[in-house]
Amino acid sequence: MSETAMDRAARTTPPRMARKIRGLSDRAIAWIFVAPTIFLLLAINIFPLIWTIRLSFTDFRANRPNAEVSWVGLRNYERILNDPEIWQTMQATAHFLFWTLSFQVLIGFALAWLINAKFRGNNFWTTVIVLPMMLSPAVVGNFWTFLYQPQIGLFNYVVAFFSGTDPTSFSMIAEVALAPWAIVIVDTWMWTPFVMLICLAGLRSIPESIYEAAECDRASKWRQFWTITVPMVLPFLMLAVLFRGIENFKMFDLVVQLTGGGPGSTTELTSINLKREAFEKWRTGYASAYAVILFVTVFGLASIYVKAMNKVKER
Amino acid sequence: MSSAAVIGPSRRLKWIAGLLVVLYALITLVPLLWIIATGFKTSPDSIAYPPKVFFEPSLEGYVNLFTTQTRQTAGAIAEPATWYERIVNGKGMVITGPSRFGERFMNSVIIGFGSTFLSVFLGTLSAYAFSRYRVPLKDDLMFFILSTRMMPPIAVAIPIFLMFRSLGLSDTHAGMILLYTAVNLSLAVWLLKGFIDEIPREYEEAALIDGYTRFQAFIKVVLPQAATGIASTAIFCLIFAWNEYAFAVLLTSGTAQTAPPFIPTIIGVGGRDWPAVAAGATIFLVPVMVFTIVLRKHLLRGITFGAVRK
Repeated sequence: MSETAMDRAARTTPPRMARKIRGLSDRAIAWIFVAPTIFLLLAINIFPLIWTIRLSFTDFRANRPNAEVSWVGLRNYERILNDPEIWQTMQATAHFLFWTLSFQVLIGFALAWLINAKFRGNNFWTTVIVLPMMLSPAVVGNFWTFLYQPQIGLFNYVVAFFSGTDPTSFSMIAEVALAPWAIVIVDTWMWTPFVMLICLAGLRSIPESIYEAAECDRASKWRQFWTITVPMVLPFLMLAVLFRGIENFKMFDLVVQLTGGGPGSTTELTSINLKREAFEKWRTGYASAYAVILFVTVFGLASIYVKAMNKVKER
Repeated sequence: MSSAAVIGPSRRLKWIAGLLVVLYALITLVPLLWIIATGFKTSPDSIAYPPKVFFEPSLEGYVNLFTTQTRQTAGAIAEPATWYERIVNGKGMVITGPSRFGERFMNSVIIGFGSTFLSVFLGTLSAYAFSRYRVPLKDDLMFFILSTRMMPPIAVAIPIFLMFRSLGLSDTHAGMILLYTAVNLSLAVWLLKGFIDEIPREYEEAALIDGYTRFQAFIKVVLPQAATGIASTAIFCLIFAWNEYAFAVLLTSGTAQTAPPFIPTIIGVGGRDWPAVAAGATIFLVPVMVFTIVLRKHLLRGITFGAVRK
């Protein structure tokens, strides 16, 4: 429709004028506009990725750039997959992912549902709730170590106040049993608003008329919730879980500042472990293989998930 | 209106919902308010037990943040000339010079604004092309641009570290600006394409018929229409570059180090100086809080790469 208007204009103008009007051809403009972006992404994303894959077959060490590098084939991959330490970090990551996603989905959805009751001032309070999400995880995570201090920390004081225990009797970040929960709490505090915002968009997309029809059919509120609200919000909720899942699989800044992977390696998530291999032990080749495995895992899991998500959407 | 009243939430439900949400909001605010409050406490107040909610405000934390100090020796007592010298001298210390915080903060500003400008500039151009022209393999390219965000930063950091080292870009502003631009471009292209898609093509076509070239039409018709979208995309890119930690901590150490890796390393004399840390965090976080409030209408779109629009 719009093409024809342009075509007509092009046909009716004399050729010399047409050249002047068009200036550069559309194709040239398109390429000039897109090329810098693609170039930069190739240089800073794809080239490094290919380099990582190449390094993963070698025993290169970045702290010894002049040492002789030899090809080791698949040995790095073999060693990683047989390393119990890496399976332990995978387990820590799985624990972190499972609990943060569960809490964020539950609390985020509940909050969105409450906000959708449209009480007075709901927009203002939504903005207040969103604040933690936009802040620097490293700076905020670092400050949480202060809140978690056994003697002087506000968190310990409040917990002790309500439970009647001694605030010096426990340390969230220094105890093996508590540290995995310390990072779950801070991540939940920070990112619940993300799930909430997306759920809220989902709730607001449901047309009133569906509820009106259900009301005419005398469906109970409970039934309306499970047969209308939940299925209509589900695609949104799944999208939120996808985003949070990818982000938390990559989690580095917040946790590195909170616990640094400790105590021992109880909160050593994959990214922290990878950093240790690559930039502290300087096993560059080995760490590259590790990075490739992580990338394939995220990409694989994400594409399976997206397929499932599209199925839900089609229903 | 009347039908909505029948099925809408009752007054009592609204009241309970409001109460619960406000309660959650207040609890969630406590850590942030605690950061701001701690910045205005004296060292003993900050570590008092039980934690002090009411205290006499002091600028000690801010003075410690911006200065380096040493213990006062008996011979070298000079008359304090300024209010901040008086605070420091009161603790038996003397100021020996400015701290690194100002520098690190300026690095954050330079790298944040530089990369934001570049990614919005490049992003607008390619988003326009993707929105208006038939670019070969368009969907694949768009997906490729998005997928660059799925990689853990540490995984990409290894070759980037090597690449920057051989190009002499390690620990330079230029290197960090280029890196953050590349990371932000995916967000910028996806968001801006959504905004430009919403501008009716008819405006440009009218301009073309009036004798504008394509390029002029882009500058004089599309850009002004997309101004709000461009502005909110810019704020998102700025916030990302501002908050970024993983690349900053691995690739910078001195000249180009930004504030996020620096603030956690602030240590006082004899134990961590929490008021100074909190003062640094406050100066660093408050601009983002303000931006968040400015952005609130476009927030959802920004955090979901334009996948969810209200």
